[in-house]
Amino acid sequence: MKLNVNQKTLILGIETSCDETAAAVVENGTVIRSNAVASQIEVHRRFGGVVPEIASRHHVDQITVICEEALRKSGVAWEDLDGIAVTQGPGLIGALLVGVNAAKALAYAHQLPLIPVHHITGHIYANRMVSELHFPLIALVVSGGHTELVHMKEHGAYEVIGTTRDDAAGEAFDKVARTLGLPYPGGPEIDRLAKQGSPVIDFPRAWLEEGSLDFSFSGLKSAVINYVHNEQQRGHKLNHADIAASFQESVSEVLVKKTMMAAERVHAKQILVAGGVSANSKIRSEIEEAARTRSIPLTIPPLSLCTDNAAMIAASGTIGFLKGTRADLSLNGRANLNIEDF
Amino acid sequence: MNVLAIDSSNLVMGVAVTAEQKVLSELITNNKKNHSERLMPALAQIVQAAGLKPSELDRIVVAEGPGSYTGLRIGITIAKTMAWTLKKELVGVSSLEVVAQNGRGFDGYVAPFFDARRGQVFAGLYEQKDGKMVQTVPDQLVLMENWLPALAKRERPVLFLSNDLDKWGEKLSSEAFAVLGDSTQNLPRPAELARIGATKEPVSDVHHFLPVYLRLAEAEAKWLAKQGR
Ligand SMILES: [Zn+2]
Repeated sequence: MKLNVNQKTLILGIETSCDETAAAVVENGTVIRSNAVASQIEVHRRFGGVVPEIASRHHVDQITVICEEALRKSGVAWEDLDGIAVTQGPGLIGALLVGVNAAKALAYAHQLPLIPVHHITGHIYANRMVSELHFPLIALVVSGGHTELVHMKEHGAYEVIGTTRDDAAGEAFDKVARTLGLPYPGGPEIDRLAKQGSPVIDFPRAWLEEGSLDFSFSGLKSAVINYVHNEQQRGHKLNHADIAASFQESVSEVLVKKTMMAAERVHAKQILVAGGVSANSKIRSEIEEAARTRSIPLTIPPLSLCTDNAAMIAASGTIGFLKGTRADLSLNGRANLNIEDF
Repeated sequence: MNVLAIDSSNLVMGVAVTAEQKVLSELITNNKKNHSERLMPALAQIVQAAGLKPSELDRIVVAEGPGSYTGLRIGITIAKTMAWTLKKELVGVSSLEVVAQNGRGFDGYVAPFFDARRGQVFAGLYEQKDGKMVQTVPDQLVLMENWLPALAKRERPVLFLSNDLDKWGEKLSSEAFAVLGDSTQNLPRPAELARIGATKEPVSDVHHFLPVYLRLAEAEAKWLAKQGR
């Protein structure tokens, strides 16, 4: 299949899979015309994590506000749009339903094509707003819900060649942060704290079987929790900065080595990093160095495109639009959705 | 005035289009839920059956709750999104008030309710005055065992209307003052929703129009309890 990816397009993207209500207009799959996000981080902080029912309630409150902001800032009129792309899944089902039904109402009201998007393909396509993609490529997707290595031979074709067997990397960050008494969300806190410490504690690295590209972070998480308990029992004073640095070192070493292994295996012409955890400064610098020594071009989106946003959904939806992927008005949100079906 | 009415607040899903005194098209289902999949196609079908285009609608009326949280969010998200993007009026009507319309002509009180699990019901009390159903007791979340004695004190019989009579019918029929609705009276009719919505004041802020949940999210309730409030 040969797509004309340079075709002129204007796509509205909508994303409500977790705790960000987002809408954006993207031109030609590469240029952000607007990118509106209402974050609920403050709302969920007092609960120590995202509460699905509360997230869903907030999405209903924000959905049209954010769509209006995206349209207004883009300067694009409804009749100029080529389609509406929306995250179908995976994610929190109650949250997904708000975006999906708003998108269907808009597609119906303006008689526009409706394009379902897999959330992870959005994270991957956040990179296309930084650099054109070169195939074959390897994308490392790391977030609170995902840790995946995706192999792409062409636009819009995804093969998962590595995935986590238990916790996502971001989950491990959140749980370790909670153990250390850090506020939610834990990722940025660990990153900040780690800069003041050194990786002197030898936490395990889960390499799994020889040559495996899968991940496992539950052992590491337990090791950190056990270490903290044991030290406390012995009456030792904990060095939180060293614990954070050592934990982060372990996560980053596994992520980087497996990504490089995957890249070499498929003779990747490019490595992409995507997802909320790619905001982590240690992971960013380690993977940059590893890619440089192997002379493989690396793309990491700016921080604003690493966390959930709708520009990435519009960017991936642009490819779906060009491929002819369409949904009718019976489109439903799906908490679990296989990226390889897209 | 062309009115589109949407009700997905409970198991019953309904869509209707009315113009002035006429019901142009109406659809009700009372089987499986999955409103997220079925509501938009039903809506498109019913608007088309009325011979209208979306842009020709003047007002969108939606059942605002109480009811199933997810069901409410689907109907309200669609209603507010259409009202906002097509620049139409938006009106919210109590889901219980819609059911209460089926008690018109009953000589006494009309008590619509929805089962809310753990012995609770979403319930309100209505009665007919000058040919209109008016509210006597506001919609609330209440334990059925507290709701019944409150109604028993009243002088006139009470007509219970609910799609959940299979669960509550037996208990209710043991009450001397209770009359139970029949199969057609128990279903909210979207054309009734359109009719009462046509005379109400549109909401002033479409963006922040929200379902009437009548109940805090569980995590919120627990958090407040922990704060000792
Ligand atoms: Zn994400």
